[in-house]
Amino acid sequence: MSSCLNAFQDYGLRAIGYGERLLPKADITICEQFALIGSGLIWNIFFGVLAIVIGYWFALALAVGKMSGSGWLCGFSVGFIYLFRGTPLFIQFFFAYELFVLLPKVGITLDLWVVTIDLETRWLTRAWLGALLVLILNTSAYSAEIFYGALRSTPRGEVEAAMAYGMSGWQRFWRVLWPHMMRLAWPSYTNEAIFLFHATTLVFFSGFPAWRQSGDALYYANYFADKTFNPFIAYPIIAFYFIIFTLMIIVLFSWINRRLNRHLPQHAKQRLSIRLNVIR
Amino acid sequence: MFSCTNPDQIEGLNWLVCYLSTAKHMAFYQSFVVVLSLVLITAPLALLFGLMAASASRSAIAVMRWPAKIYIAMVRGVPDIVFFLFVPLALDQGIEYIRHRALCSDQTGSVWQGNDFIVCDIAKMPLSSASAWAHDFYGFMLAVTAYAIVFGAFAGNVLAGAMAAVPHAQLETGSAFGMSRRQVYWRVLFPQMWIYALPGLSNLWVLLIKATPLLFLLGIQDIVYWARELGSAKTSAYTYPHPDWRVWYFLALLIFYLFVTWVSERVFDRLNRRFSRGQAVLMNSQQAGG
Repeated sequence: MSSCLNAFQDYGLRAIGYGERLLPKADITICEQFALIGSGLIWNIFFGVLAIVIGYWFALALAVGKMSGSGWLCGFSVGFIYLFRGTPLFIQFFFAYELFVLLPKVGITLDLWVVTIDLETRWLTRAWLGALLVLILNTSAYSAEIFYGALRSTPRGEVEAAMAYGMSGWQRFWRVLWPHMMRLAWPSYTNEAIFLFHATTLVFFSGFPAWRQSGDALYYANYFADKTFNPFIAYPIIAFYFIIFTLMIIVLFSWINRRLNRHLPQHAKQRLSIRLNVIR
Repeated sequence: MFSCTNPDQIEGLNWLVCYLSTAKHMAFYQSFVVVLSLVLITAPLALLFGLMAASASRSAIAVMRWPAKIYIAMVRGVPDIVFFLFVPLALDQGIEYIRHRALCSDQTGSVWQGNDFIVCDIAKMPLSSASAWAHDFYGFMLAVTAYAIVFGAFAGNVLAGAMAAVPHAQLETGSAFGMSRRQVYWRVLFPQMWIYALPGLSNLWVLLIKATPLLFLLGIQDIVYWARELGSAKTSAYTYPHPDWRVWYFLALLIFYLFVTWVSERVFDRLNRRFSRGQAVLMNSQQAGG
């Protein structure tokens, strides 16, 4: 039991650089596998949460851009969504990594009148920034398509009523279109969040190097399966962790779903059911 | 016409043509065929798995229902990549373990010794004396199985949803006519469900195509492997020296996938229009209403 505690002390935060430097090599215990794979999960959560939170706003902009129907903004949105939805995330990672490697190492200084920003391009070749960027762009494209579909099915009467009240375009969007869109899009968006979280396991298999063997959960699970030549322990452990976290996402998102629908009469409320009709 | 025998003496377009037709590039082009054949073999298998799982999940017998439900639900909680890494390895070890027990029954020790998985020589799959071709084929079949299992579960989700979407009144009418459960299934439910399943299945098809680069993780020499191999910087020791061109190779892969998904989308659009003819689904009423 105490050795199990030790394993968690040594490897519980190993993925972000704390604790034992060397990974376990011989006589690997189940506790060590649990601890190390669990610590790798920190990266999956980091990527998942940041990509969803930042990607949400970008997706909103893209959906509105596509909704506008004409002009360069619409063209850009349509092209962007098509490009990222039509190609595999795995290849996007590889391509982005090779692109970032080619960028000049010195960094670019942006002179923004008041402040100067030093953009250190070398960080882009690290997984935490480079892969995060790809994940943000990727989830933005998928979410934008979901939001666009929801925006399109807003009843015309609601927008016309808002116009009759003399709301400006900005007010119409935030007070009428946006809440309606959120309500309609939420079940699909929950799916997107789950599958994005699952997609974060690709990061360390796709060109981005794991610096000092600090990788995500699947990186460590794969490490153990290679080392012990026994896939029947490491992979079920990571499956266990992912099931727990997927359930947590579902609980969180259905709580938000209830809030989004709280004004509706009882019979019109829809429980959030995770259907896999259209995925990513 | 020019020849490629002295690559260092030719330039420009001719050099590029020669470069793009080396033996290794031919292997690269062949790997596109491997990827497409994986999709074409896996899709019907996955559909079959999905159909069996979806039907079993509606079964009245609990022993059939629950395993099917768990199988269908598993892809919601666990990333597909985990299955792609786990299934081929587990299958390989399972096959070798059974062969070991059957063929070398004199050896009683555990197959897992320390950090090794040891089976006797004649239990190896494929035998170490087998040709490289057999090894490649075996690896490919393991990959096909892994893909079929994962996408079978996805298809199970879609088909179970589609079966639930078939109006219940139709099934009841069937039993009112005196049809048995089996007859209701084959005469009413089965032919009716496809139109509800088609949008989900077309999405799955694209999903399957977009999952093919993960073959690289299974150690198969697929397009990602060759793009990395061919694109990496070649010194002047090579016949065709060039700097790091991987970014261009991956760009080519992106364009390839964009093209394949574009074609699939158009085909499925057409199929959807064909199948929903005369059906009371939303799409038709929208078309009728303008």
